[in-house]
Amino acid sequence: MFVDRDIVLEGIAASPGIAIGKAFLLEEEDFCFIRKEIPKSFREAERKRFEDAIEKTRSEFKVTYNKINDVLGENYAHIADVHILILDDPTLKKDVYKLIADGVNAEYALFKVLDKIIRSFENINDSFFKERKVDIQDVGKKILANLFGKKGKNLARVDEESIIIANNLTPADTVSVRGKKIAGFATDIGGKTSHTAIIAQGLAIPAVVGLKNISSLVKTGETVIIDGDKGEVILNPSSKTLLHYKNKYDLQLSRTIELEKLKNLTSETADNHKIFIFANIDHSDEVPLILNKGAVGIGLYRTETIYFNRDSIPAEEEHFDIYSKVVQQISPYAITIRTFDLGGDKLTKMGLLNLGFESNPFLGLRSIRLCLKYPEIFISQLRAILRVSVLGKVKLMYPMISGLAELRAANAILDKVKENLRKENIKFDENMEVGVMIEVPSAVAVIDSIAKEVDFVSIGTNDLIQYTLAVDRVNENVAYLYEPMHPAILRFIKRTIDEGHKAGIKVAMCGEMAGEPKYAPVILGMGLDEFSVSPSQIATIKKIVRSMSFVDCKTMADKVLKLEDSKSILKEIDLFYETRGINA
Amino acid sequence: MKEKIIVVSNKAGLHARPAATLVQTLSKYQSDVKILKDDFEVDAKSVMGVMALAAAYGSKLKFIADGPDEYEAIGAVENLFDSKFGE
Repeated sequence: MFVDRDIVLEGIAASPGIAIGKAFLLEEEDFCFIRKEIPKSFREAERKRFEDAIEKTRSEFKVTYNKINDVLGENYAHIADVHILILDDPTLKKDVYKLIADGVNAEYALFKVLDKIIRSFENINDSFFKERKVDIQDVGKKILANLFGKKGKNLARVDEESIIIANNLTPADTVSVRGKKIAGFATDIGGKTSHTAIIAQGLAIPAVVGLKNISSLVKTGETVIIDGDKGEVILNPSSKTLLHYKNKYDLQLSRTIELEKLKNLTSETADNHKIFIFANIDHSDEVPLILNKGAVGIGLYRTETIYFNRDSIPAEEEHFDIYSKVVQQISPYAITIRTFDLGGDKLTKMGLLNLGFESNPFLGLRSIRLCLKYPEIFISQLRAILRVSVLGKVKLMYPMISGLAELRAANAILDKVKENLRKENIKFDENMEVGVMIEVPSAVAVIDSIAKEVDFVSIGTNDLIQYTLAVDRVNENVAYLYEPMHPAILRFIKRTIDEGHKAGIKVAMCGEMAGEPKYAPVILGMGLDEFSVSPSQIATIKKIVRSMSFVDCKTMADKVLKLEDSKSILKEIDLFYETRGINA
Repeated sequence: MKEKIIVVSNKAGLHARPAATLVQTLSKYQSDVKILKDDFEVDAKSVMGVMALAAAYGSKLKFIADGPDEYEAIGAVENLFDSKFGE
């Protein structure tokens, strides 16, 4: 009996996921680069023929640019920019024209010139840069196709759920599959950063590249499995392998469907108690990702990365440029921008400030304290935040406030900055909300007073736990004392939420605790209004919230608040999950 | 002639997009601009040349501009690297 045997080809995982389907082989056209002598009187015409091919190629690239722009947006479309620039590269034209003037045909001249350039890329050790030779080859092939007047390979013929197998795919090829039933890609060449990889990721189509010779091993119509997670392609799969991958594929499909469904659903409990799930971000690049994951705003935008890797304190304009990018992208959703939250020791190390040695930087000159001591650092940031407040819904948040005096001192500077902006006729949102992070135990003690003077508060659990329990969690000798479910912490959170609500303001949490599924029912039950979590936790927390009843969570939270040690609290939470058959 | 040594400080180095941005920016100037890396010299207006430099994070590049707007061209290069190509 004939038994199918798996042929496993190892390549580079370019875009994750499993795909099973019939192969569609894209065959390469063969161009011949026969050297022809061109008589003197025809050389001008030969040059013109080359110029025409360049222009034709340029208009094709523009079409590709627009297509990518429509499907995936401008960020991806810049890929086509590189191709246009290669086309316009002065060295390319100069060398080709020179060879044509010497009396050879345009095809041969182009082949010679590109061959030399591609060789120089082959000597590069860095695989990322080495891969760029593929861009040059792609451009060369397009120009040659136009010189020959041949039509390039065409994906329009693909009509069933197929896996595209090719030596290489250009961005134009890759993006043209949008809307067609393409299950996956597998190519001989390319790497993790090749255009096929980037576009396949954008289209969420599994892809494996760098398979060396797959295009000569597969025929159109054969069954192929692509494992974009492992970077493998399986040809001639046995029925056992096929079944294994079908199960994996089904699982992947149901997960995608579940997450997709979740994305557009509100975060409310089964008994209709609505909360908000926001994202914590560090960088404008993360905005498309968090929107895609269903975040309805940014609950914590950390601005510290702006201060890294530089030799001067960032100026107002830099703050403004960076913030406006984030605000415009997230608008109409709200964004909470947290002001400077670094230690003076960090700035001294970077050479940005020259502060003396601090024996205990965590209790030293840092965060809002540093801003109040060096208002010029603070003012440029406040001005920028106020200026971007007209571009969307912006909220301002001070970190590490330990009591009313600090809050008032910060607000006094803010008022002064606002006054100056008014004098300069610079617009800002007069009603911009101002809040504080609750992360110092003394702030919890006086939360009733603080809540009367702010528009919102957000609990920063990481520091609150460290400062309350007097434990550095990075210190392995005491790390075991870092207990998020310590009764003291739970009482502090409860007090903050209750006093906030008494004052009529919203209470958020932006520390790690907010993104931990296990703790979600407790803090939900205590009445937290907003969870701000890392992008990867958005869907998880939403799923938990939607599977809970608020009444149940409230009962559990009340019970847990009466318990006297974290061990029994954790036990109670486990029991809560167990009786509901939910996996935290 | 105006020269300037620049250390590549954006994480991804002069990969395709920054190389494209650099070439697009410099193409607006009349001056000739060259880049030297080790003993390799390329035309800064040639995207293939700039990519072939394989200038990764931390590479030291010497920019040499020569022409009527050489100061402006070098200034534009500095601005691009200072802004880390908007990364």
